[in-house]
Amino acid sequence: MTGQTLIHLQDVSKRFVKGKDTITIFDHLGLTIPAGDFVAVMGPSGSGKTTLLNLLGGIDQPTEGAITFDGARVDTLTEGQLARWRAHNVGFIFQFYNLMPTLSAARNVELPLLLTAFGRSERKRRVEAALSLVGLAERANHYPREMSGGQQQRVAIARALISDPKLLLCDEPTGDLDRSTADEILAMLQLLNREMGKTIVMVTHDPEAAKYARRTLHLDKGRFTEREMVA
Amino acid sequence: MSDLYLLWRNLFRRKLRTFLMMLAIFVAFVIYGVLGSIHYAFQHGVDQAADNRLVVTNKITFIQPLPFAYVSKVAAVKGVKTVTYSSWFGGYYQDARNQIGTFAVDPESYMEVFRDTLRIDPAARDTFIHDRTTMLVGEAIATKYGWKPGDRIPINSNIFTNKADGSHTWELTVAGIAYPKTDSANTSFILFQHENFNESKTFGKDTVGWMTLETDSADLNDKVATAIDDMFANSTAETNTQSEKAFGKAFLAQLGNIALIITLVVGAAFATILMIVGNTMVMAVRERTKEIAVLKTLGFPSWRIWRQVLGESLLLSLLGGVPGLVLAGLLVTVLAKSASSAIPGLALTMPVMGLGLGFMVLLGLITGFLPAWTALRLNIVTALGRL
Repeated sequence: MTGQTLIHLQDVSKRFVKGKDTITIFDHLGLTIPAGDFVAVMGPSGSGKTTLLNLLGGIDQPTEGAITFDGARVDTLTEGQLARWRAHNVGFIFQFYNLMPTLSAARNVELPLLLTAFGRSERKRRVEAALSLVGLAERANHYPREMSGGQQQRVAIARALISDPKLLLCDEPTGDLDRSTADEILAMLQLLNREMGKTIVMVTHDPEAAKYARRTLHLDKGRFTEREMVA
Repeated sequence: MSDLYLLWRNLFRRKLRTFLMMLAIFVAFVIYGVLGSIHYAFQHGVDQAADNRLVVTNKITFIQPLPFAYVSKVAAVKGVKTVTYSSWFGGYYQDARNQIGTFAVDPESYMEVFRDTLRIDPAARDTFIHDRTTMLVGEAIATKYGWKPGDRIPINSNIFTNKADGSHTWELTVAGIAYPKTDSANTSFILFQHENFNESKTFGKDTVGWMTLETDSADLNDKVATAIDDMFANSTAETNTQSEKAFGKAFLAQLGNIALIITLVVGAAFATILMIVGNTMVMAVRERTKEIAVLKTLGFPSWRIWRQVLGESLLLSLLGGVPGLVLAGLLVTVLAKSASSAIPGLALTMPVMGLGLGFMVLLGLITGFLPAWTALRLNIVTALGRL
């Protein structure tokens, strides 16, 4: 179930300067994502999928245009303000999990909570709950190297959820997993969207993965070429 | 979990590398602690010299003697409170390798001038003044050879001949022990009567090695020094009068520029450590570029990551440096026992430890600055390869 607008991109352009060349990724792109949506973004390599995710997640800024989140501009925030905004509003899930190899699963999940005022016992309670949610309560003290790819991705999902963000950004979350594990992960994301109301934007090359989303956006050369409703 | 826990885990992610860096820092601080203590012991001895004490030596060099007649003339200079005189005897005990700082002195005036440095039992003092065949032994020498008052000890000279029997030996009775009044006072010496020495030596009669005098006030030092040197200008033995501190420094300079040698050795050790640890820290942070980018993505502010990286290099420096200083302290304690006569007052002192801790912090800051700055400036998009 989707609701009011969570993210709105208005006339967003993104250009990079490389040597003497200027590369245009987006030129006056517009996009609206309602709260509770689950959007899959597909497209060929170099189409701007990851750059779109970077802009949505506040780890990159548009060259022109406005990005609003929950009615507030985020493209005008400073680096420090963006860091705080990300910590409170966005959960990231990467293709290669990007867990800290020196920390156990529980410690990895706890990381975002170091940016909050929660005490040790509250953090511990939340970590246990998050790990239980992704079915890894028994693996709390295991290190990433001791876990399979699917388990590591579930730890990454728990980490993304721990601070209860409104938006989850997933960059090829199943790109490094086999089909059945990928389906488990995608089912979990679908559950988070449907049962917990998380807004999810997922970049993927996999049409099967895109089927788990409510809708799919096709991106090519910086423009949305096709909009497809799936569920 | 806290930031300190993260810091600790990152520091020890490659245990062997961290251990080797700690070892390098450890060795550097052992070297610093030992050499720094030796330097401090020498320097502190000079610094302990009284402000109102002047030393008068032959202008050519302080090993050239001065006429004995100068003593009374110097005593008559306005502003001079007390004058005493000493001569270098070149003494050793039994074997020429057992050298002892042996001085022929005027007992009464010597003990008066150095009353704030040495504590001497009244009975020993009385014996030393009135019995020409006695000697006053510093505590360090008495302890080393087990001498006690009343012992008759043959002291040899590698310079002078005793005209009584043509030997190089003077039989002297221990009048008493001279104890230090301050921690750094040197008690590795023997004092015996100048009168005895003057009458029994075969050459250099009626001369003294140098004079030590007290002025009425340190403010008069320059005036008194000028008056004395002017008085003997154009004579056969011109004088050079300087403060006891300046004399001490000049004496140390005869041994070589200890400060320069120590600075060069410690400097070389630290320069090497800076390069090794600095380079390794840069590599260590570079290999976790992606992890730093992920932390920033999660919302960790740049300054917090900067603090983490700098904290790592500081902790590394302290973990290597503090045990290094502890070992240096133990080595210095052992060295102080075996070389007390050569380096009196040798100890790992608070100033040396304090400076060492300062060096550790400086080392940590310098080696951590570049990687911390790199982490601070790290662009998430570039680091994650997400273009």
